[in-house]
Amino acid sequence: MTSGRFYVSRFTHHVLRFMLYALIGLLFFMVALPAIAQDGSENNGGLKKVVTDDEVNKIARVVYCPVCESTPLDVCQTQACADWRQIIREMLEEGKTEQDVFDYFSNLYGPKVLAEPPREGFSLLVWIVPLVLIPVGVVFFSRYMRNLRADEAEVVTDTAVPPPTPANDYLSQIEKELEGK
Amino acid sequence: MIVDIGYISLLLAFLAAIYSAVAAWYGKSKNEERWIESARNATIATLPLLLVSSAMLIASILRNDFSVEYVWRVSSIEMPTYLKYTALWGGQAGSLLFWNLVLAVFTAVAMANKWRSQKDLIPNALIVISLTQIFFLGISAFVENPFARMEMVPANGNGLNPLLRHPGMIIHPPMLYLGYIGFIIPYTFAMAALMAGKLDDGWIKATRRWTLTAWLFLSLGLILGGRWAYDVLGWGGYWGWDPVENASLMPWLSGTAFLHSVMIQEKRQMFKWWNMVLIVITYSLVVWGTFIVRSGVISSVHSFARSAIGPLFFGFVVIMLLFSAYWITKRRDQLATGNKLNSLLSREAAFLYNNFLIITILVIVFFFTHYPMISELFIGEQGFVGPPVYEKALAPLFTLLVILMGIAPLTMWYRSSAKRLGIAMRWPALAALIITIGLFALGIRHWGALLGLWATAFAAILTLLEFWKGTRARMKKGEPVWTAFSRLMARNRRRYGGYWIHMGVLMMALGIIGIESFQQETQLRLETGERLTLGRYEMELKGMERYPGPDDLLITEATINVYENGKFVRTLLPRTELYTRTGQPMTIPSIRSTIADDFYVILVNWEPTTATAATFRVFLNPLVNWVWAGGFVFILGTLIAAWPDKKKETVASRAAQAALGAAD
Repeated sequence: MTSGRFYVSRFTHHVLRFMLYALIGLLFFMVALPAIAQDGSENNGGLKKVVTDDEVNKIARVVYCPVCESTPLDVCQTQACADWRQIIREMLEEGKTEQDVFDYFSNLYGPKVLAEPPREGFSLLVWIVPLVLIPVGVVFFSRYMRNLRADEAEVVTDTAVPPPTPANDYLSQIEKELEGK
Repeated sequence: MIVDIGYISLLLAFLAAIYSAVAAWYGKSKNEERWIESARNATIATLPLLLVSSAMLIASILRNDFSVEYVWRVSSIEMPTYLKYTALWGGQAGSLLFWNLVLAVFTAVAMANKWRSQKDLIPNALIVISLTQIFFLGISAFVENPFARMEMVPANGNGLNPLLRHPGMIIHPPMLYLGYIGFIIPYTFAMAALMAGKLDDGWIKATRRWTLTAWLFLSLGLILGGRWAYDVLGWGGYWGWDPVENASLMPWLSGTAFLHSVMIQEKRQMFKWWNMVLIVITYSLVVWGTFIVRSGVISSVHSFARSAIGPLFFGFVVIMLLFSAYWITKRRDQLATGNKLNSLLSREAAFLYNNFLIITILVIVFFFTHYPMISELFIGEQGFVGPPVYEKALAPLFTLLVILMGIAPLTMWYRSSAKRLGIAMRWPALAALIITIGLFALGIRHWGALLGLWATAFAAILTLLEFWKGTRARMKKGEPVWTAFSRLMARNRRRYGGYWIHMGVLMMALGIIGIESFQQETQLRLETGERLTLGRYEMELKGMERYPGPDDLLITEATINVYENGKFVRTLLPRTELYTRTGQPMTIPSIRSTIADDFYVILVNWEPTTATAATFRVFLNPLVNWVWAGGFVFILGTLIAAWPDKKKETVASRAAQAALGAAD
């Protein structure tokens, strides 16, 4: 019986550890993958090319209107935004890249116009905080949970209600739980 | 005259709240019942006073009394009558008055309702709720006075912001207010329990239905707000991680954590302190959220200094936080029960994982929402965090939450065996994997979406199995399927209402994954007769029309035929509306909806429109209707869980059963 318990606690230990790694992996996955996917897309030097509305919108939807509140350029209905969309179009026609457009707007109006703040300077904070916060949170939380756990010996004398043996009858299990409330 | 009556009633309500706080405190310290009663009466009296005050404001709007600044701001002579009623919450000062009115309704109901059953908590509850009332009534009476006069009386008013004229927007703010303010009641009783040192789960049980109701309205407000954005704002989406949206999401998140964690206290008497912390956080986020929505402080710190309302709200939140922290610290010995976790695989542990994930999400949303302010404070330059960053940071956390949502119901209180859990999860995990592989075979290569779909399918199978297992257990007693199922729901409404809510969330998750990962869009200028293709849809411009609408509207409308796989399915009429007096444009999309996707057409109003040509932006939003359907199931589940039960009857029948048992 004791060995069975030991098996459970080690198992849960592994589960927690696995969750931590999985979480870090997932985070990395989410942040890194789109960046990789973007690499090596557009490069078209030389001649003035034909730019579709869709290409303009693709950029305009992640550049925010410097004047209106939380409105991306692809939605904003003001004349100023129409002019800014025109600037995006002209830059693309000249063969400039997406990043060139971002840099242009960010230099003129500050990083607040970018949906994704640049991964440098103060706004690096936006990227670092979740990446640090989550693993640190997981470590503290799992420490806390482990401390909270009763020693094996204490388990049975925990409260007046004994830990239920795995119920064979699902319904009686539910009824029992409901009585507790 | 009408205006004076309105303002005097407001002032009287303010004085009544002050009186109530003082009388309740005095009555408590002298232990004199009649002072407590007097305090209660004063608190309840704020309701009729605020009813009169609100009625007078509406009367002023109906009478087109533009000598009142608020009336001038939100109304105009031509405005339809129903909008003149809803203009009560169409601007800052009016909506604060409305806020006070709702708070007065809730307070009166709660005080009348709990007067007998929560005798020990009432005096302190009166003090706490009066403090909240004093603050908000004070703001209304002295800072954002809806009855303030104009120096010169204009001939006509501005009219309600066109964005707020949509039916969805008319009911969306009251829903959010009902949700926001609903959470004040459980906070009040939590504080009262702390102050009285009565730290059993009495306050949780007494306010459980309040909490659920508040949560229900907040959820409704969020869903309706999303629907409104989708229908009116014309950007093809429903949620933009806007500070105002986040302001209502944040208390919803902490409220969700609270709803789960109170179950640990009820069952195991653990984490009393944590439940206190969660309700305090929720209350603070409610007050803070009201402030964010009203002040525009996020977009610029400068607006904080410009209006007196900023420092006042900030000060109030800090005071209430200190007040709450003081009492939690003072009662920390009573809040610590010393009960331990038996296993990291127990139900109580599962609730803690849920709380951890939700609070992490909350902290990230809070940080991102306030980042513009933080950036401006530290480096003097405004920053901004847009939707792509939220999505990247939160997607893994939401995925884990979905997986946990599937697993947690399998766990048992105290401890569950890893082996049994493994067995219970094995087949659902495999089935979900087969579904995912099937989707992969169908050509889906979006890895994040595949992962999310796996998690959603896994949790959905497990949740459905919970329904099935319960029903089957009853069927073994000889009940037919439908009877077994409905009795299962009726007898265990809290549990199965919860599972309905989970199903709603999973349906919404499916919709969100669909639109976020697979949305397609295109924009093109069409001459009459020209066609555009997106996905399996094709659309043809039949013609353009311009005509005057009601009020001062000028409507430009396109007639479009939509073909699905080459077959005509529907005519759509996307249009732009121009409020000629204020010059404000609106873009109203026209949508062909199916269970699989939405074909969503916007007439782009900044491109030149002629009698024969216009530019269209077209979205294909896969699975988006699952968001709304899931929202419906979600609300249904909350209603199942929150519906009042025949408490006395069950108690009586239980007593009778106990008596029978004793007689044996």
